Amino acid sequence: MNRVINGLVIVAVLAAVLASFAYLELDLAAVVGSGGPAQMGEYAARFLHPDLSLAHLRAVGQGALETLAMSGMGTLLAMLLGMVLALPAAGRFGWSLQGASRLLLNALRAIPELVWAALTVLAAGLGPNAGTLALALHTAGVLGRLFAEALENAPPEPAAAIRLQGGSQVVAFCFGTLPNLWPQLLAYSLYRWENNIRMASVLGFVGAGGLGQMLYATLSLFQEAQASTVIIAMLVLVLLVDALSDVLRQRFVRA
Amino acid sequence: MLSTDQRDPAALPRLLLTLLGLALLWPGLHLSELDPGVLLQAENRQQMAGFVSAFWPPAHDAGFLDLLLTATVQTLAVATAGMSLALLLAVPASLLASRALSLRAASSAGRLGPWSRAARLPVRGVLIFLRSVPEIVWALLFVRAVGLGPTAGVLAIAITYSGMLGKVYAEIFESVDQRPAHALLQAGSSRLSAFLYGTLPEAASEVVSYTVYRWECAVRASVVMGFVGAGGLGQQIDLSMRMFAGAEVASMLLTFLLLVVLADLLSRFLRGRLA
Repeated sequence: MNRVINGLVIVAVLAAVLASFAYLELDLAAVVGSGGPAQMGEYAARFLHPDLSLAHLRAVGQGALETLAMSGMGTLLAMLLGMVLALPAAGRFGWSLQGASRLLLNALRAIPELVWAALTVLAAGLGPNAGTLALALHTAGVLGRLFAEALENAPPEPAAAIRLQGGSQVVAFCFGTLPNLWPQLLAYSLYRWENNIRMASVLGFVGAGGLGQMLYATLSLFQEAQASTVIIAMLVLVLLVDALSDVLRQRFVRA
Repeated sequence: MLSTDQRDPAALPRLLLTLLGLALLWPGLHLSELDPGVLLQAENRQQMAGFVSAFWPPAHDAGFLDLLLTATVQTLAVATAGMSLALLLAVPASLLASRALSLRAASSAGRLGPWSRAARLPVRGVLIFLRSVPEIVWALLFVRAVGLGPTAGVLAIAITYSGMLGKVYAEIFESVDQRPAHALLQAGSSRLSAFLYGTLPEAASEVVSYTVYRWECAVRASVVMGFVGAGGLGQQIDLSMRMFAGAEVASMLLTFLLLVVLADLLSRFLRGRLA
């Protein structure tokens, strides 16, 4: 019986795949067929000569710094906001606040960064500020949830010991709970930072500053040489941030 | 008698670290032009309030729902077609890149010689390149090359995800018990049958569950890719947002959430069934 159901599931999956191709009426013939590959090859060849003139490199450098700042500040802001929301979400201030903050975290997390960016660009105007806020809002939802789970799983004994000695709630949290929690929070935040540098470089597509905006502009003007420099800069930036966060992780997060 | 000590022993290092962090962040603050206060300015607040207040009730006239359904089906189809094309590329690439099928390793207790490593480098390099450019950048490039519409989305997903799937499959093949495959290879079977009878039976469930998880990611990615003109739900969200049609944006965001939840449930079902 189980086998029959599994077989039916596999048949359904295959049918779904075929149906998707049929539904989309993909123009794959144009991509692989007559003249398609030559045209694609010609298009791709225009990316092979990145524009390395000093003026353009300077502009790309500026864009890369902007992207780096967007991702860094967005993540930091999200850490603060996430912590503020994680405390009630972990049930520290009663169940009504717990439900409300969980709902808020889920809503923040469910909307993708790019949609947030489109909204913040409407609200805060074009530029990196909108991108930073968009990253912060989405990441706050993700980090808030992760922080709340970490808070729930943190051992309660150290904080309880401080409370019994007469320390206040705040002191108990800062010196009893936080030291145990801190490496885990940092690990989550670094992981999100690595994610955010990738997102920050594409948020510009909706006008939120940084390298993405440059890429969008250069591609729209059919300046493939300049666009190719921007893509290389994106790759370098991502590799750099990955390496940096690896260093930070090994230094501060005990395995 | 114990006396309470109010001094924090770690105060000085913490203070110094904080100061250092702030000094590093100052330029970042400048570059990102961060100013959440902008959201609270009267003019912007009014604009936002006007936009958001149009969210309720979400648009639900028949014509719009029809459009929404088409866009949603298109999004799902883009994700599914993109994944199947990605698999076509990822499976052979993972076989080429994986160290599990090295003849050399089979005859020397799992250690690879420098040549067997070097032979796998080119494929690994291609896979790294394919996955390190974000899918939305690929989509932007393909929109220029093949025009607006779902074809660009399918190709973008196929390319990025073949990079990811190829790498992860190769690693899964390496992580399962190597002895059955090595035994088969040393007994003289071909590499493909050593893979099919030695490696795949153990790796299959993990491969299936990762593939289904990636399909779920592809659904989300295909929504986002619509923003650069690759069709589906994202393109409609982008259009409605540009027209400040709050009600339409609201119902599309709800549809998106529903889609994500459904994809999650379906992928859990498939994983439970097949993995």
